Amino acid sequence: MENIAGTKARLTWAVNLAALLLVIVWTVPTLGLLVSSFRDKDQIAATGWWQAAFPSTQSDFFRAGTAADQKQEGDLWVIAGNAFEPGQVISAWGTTSKAPDALKPGDVADLKDGQKLTVAADGAYRLTSPTQFEEGRGMRIFFTSTQPPKFTTDNYVKVIGAEGLGRAFLNTMTVTIPATLIPILIAAFAAYALAWMDFPGRSLIIAGIVGLLVVPLQLALIPLLKFHNDIGLGKSYLGIWLAHTGFGLPLAIYLLRSYMTGLPREIIESARVDGATEFHIFRKIILPLSFPALASFAIFQFLWVWNDLLVATVFLGNRPDQLVMTGVLRELLGSKGGDWEILAASAFISIAVPLIVFFSMQKYLVRGLLAGSVKGG
Amino acid sequence: MEQILFGLTTIIVGVFGCAAWFWGTNFLLDAALPARGPNAARNITRAGLIRPWLFLGPALLALGLYLVYPVFESIWRSLHDSAGENWVGLSNYTWLFSDPKFQESILNNLVWLLVVPSLSTFFGLIAAQVTDRIRWGNLAKSLIFMPMAISFVGAGVIWKFVYDFRAEGRDQIGLLNAIVQALGGDPQTWLSIPFWNNFFLMAVLIWIQTGFAMVILSAALRGIPEETVEAAILDGANPWQLFFRIKVPQIWGTIAVVWTTITITVLKVFDIVFVMTNGQWGSQVLANFMYDWMFRGTPDYGRGSAIAIVIMALVTPIMVWNIRNARREMQ
Repeated sequence: MENIAGTKARLTWAVNLAALLLVIVWTVPTLGLLVSSFRDKDQIAATGWWQAAFPSTQSDFFRAGTAADQKQEGDLWVIAGNAFEPGQVISAWGTTSKAPDALKPGDVADLKDGQKLTVAADGAYRLTSPTQFEEGRGMRIFFTSTQPPKFTTDNYVKVIGAEGLGRAFLNTMTVTIPATLIPILIAAFAAYALAWMDFPGRSLIIAGIVGLLVVPLQLALIPLLKFHNDIGLGKSYLGIWLAHTGFGLPLAIYLLRSYMTGLPREIIESARVDGATEFHIFRKIILPLSFPALASFAIFQFLWVWNDLLVATVFLGNRPDQLVMTGVLRELLGSKGGDWEILAASAFISIAVPLIVFFSMQKYLVRGLLAGSVKGG
Repeated sequence: MEQILFGLTTIIVGVFGCAAWFWGTNFLLDAALPARGPNAARNITRAGLIRPWLFLGPALLALGLYLVYPVFESIWRSLHDSAGENWVGLSNYTWLFSDPKFQESILNNLVWLLVVPSLSTFFGLIAAQVTDRIRWGNLAKSLIFMPMAISFVGAGVIWKFVYDFRAEGRDQIGLLNAIVQALGGDPQTWLSIPFWNNFFLMAVLIWIQTGFAMVILSAALRGIPEETVEAAILDGANPWQLFFRIKVPQIWGTIAVVWTTITITVLKVFDIVFVMTNGQWGSQVLANFMYDWMFRGTPDYGRGSAIAIVIMALVTPIMVWNIRNARREMQ
């Protein structure tokens, strides 16, 4: 018995550990970007985000003042100054790129022609010479400095304004809300007819809708773009709403029909016996009772439309003022591939709303998934 | 501001327009064929024949126009030249199958098809099993499920940061290279190593899809009858046997559904490749390849459509399987 108890305790440990490992692997990539979006631009480039809470070390150089900055002190010519922000501390410095950290703060370096250079820990430098300076370009001073951790919301301010993400947020909203509401309404009526009305061809239509669930929407791009152009819609919001409605309908009808079929038959039949019209039954009985299924689909469609890139690229166009957030993000990946502060902040603005919806309505999302797990993408 | 007003107006017009259609046509039908008077019985039957089509009408119209018609239009286009004017027979397809980029795409897609559904389902199964047995299981589930809410583009940014590369000797800011360097290896530009970069792209989709698999499989695991598990424990099965011999065989049906659903997602995968490598360095896939031919440079709608039809053909077996399952369930 003791033996079994021992295995059990070890098993519990193993299970907890495995779960922890999975959770870490699944959250760390997102966490990394979240942390980075609040870091100072230079620090992102200097150290990994996991070091964000520690002072960062940075190696670089600055230029001393030029001959124009020199002053005469007694028989010495002096160029002095400080190129640093307060708080930055130099740990080593040097005068050549070969040995950028040869000297300590406070050391004095002997340069050619009797010139001397000293750099203090706070970045103040002093270059002296027995003869007048003539260089038009300041000499390079290499340094290794440590900076205290710096967190900022500047990145967000910057991307919302300058990178056009504020505008894109509005565009995404404009696309998403109607594209979520319209299919629900159309699908609810169709689902009711398929669930509770008897007519020839019903099972054929249901089979057709199950089939349409998996049709790759890539197929629809060119024909529909042509069609929109022919009827004068072109690239417009109306076009993209219609497109998303069409692409979302199979899942909507499928989900709602499965749910409505499960509603108790007695309620509907007794209402029919009492002389209620079908429209009345639908509005007064079916619609309120189907709320969970409606919510499930609404969340699906919302996430899908919000996160979509392909349909928006094709049906809405690529002018800067037309881009949705995924579109802006893609453009930034191309043009600012290395500016992680911009990418991180932009990415987080674009995934914030879906994440809020996800965490607050997870219950309905899970329910919808369980009911309709035949559609991909 | 103008745009918000415009959006609001459309929502109102759209929603009320739909409502008006349903209400109006029903009203007319009831007025034309009243369910009372001398012909009540006949009227009810007739109205019963017409009404379903009023309810279904807008949906069938939208489905027909946005999903059924494009299938046929694409087939037609794939047999015509780039402008859709001249009949070219199968030459788009013969070009396609001899094109090295297409061969690369289809090979990559096959690798994706093998790796992504199997690993997503595998990790999903493990996640479902372990999270069901711990006290903080719901929290763990939420966190593993979370990537599902993130767009493919957003996920692309997140993972590109993980794969970021700095020259050797410098501080790595990408997590993967930092780990590799800490273990004594050399940092790599992961996304431009031919063939292997596919796996780094696949990791992104696996990361997104595992939560989905976990949620479905966890529900299935909880639906397993207690007796079978108890009987196995009494017979002395160890935890591994219990899981792989008793539990997994009972949820094969669900595993198949998860597998096929992810397979379809994989066949359509576009955004991840589009934003992370754009098909360079040997990482092309069908959907992105199609996008190239349809919208980049000089578009060739004939060739683009031919690629779309190939994707459709790959999806078709799953479609048939789904329809057969659905019909069986209905009976």
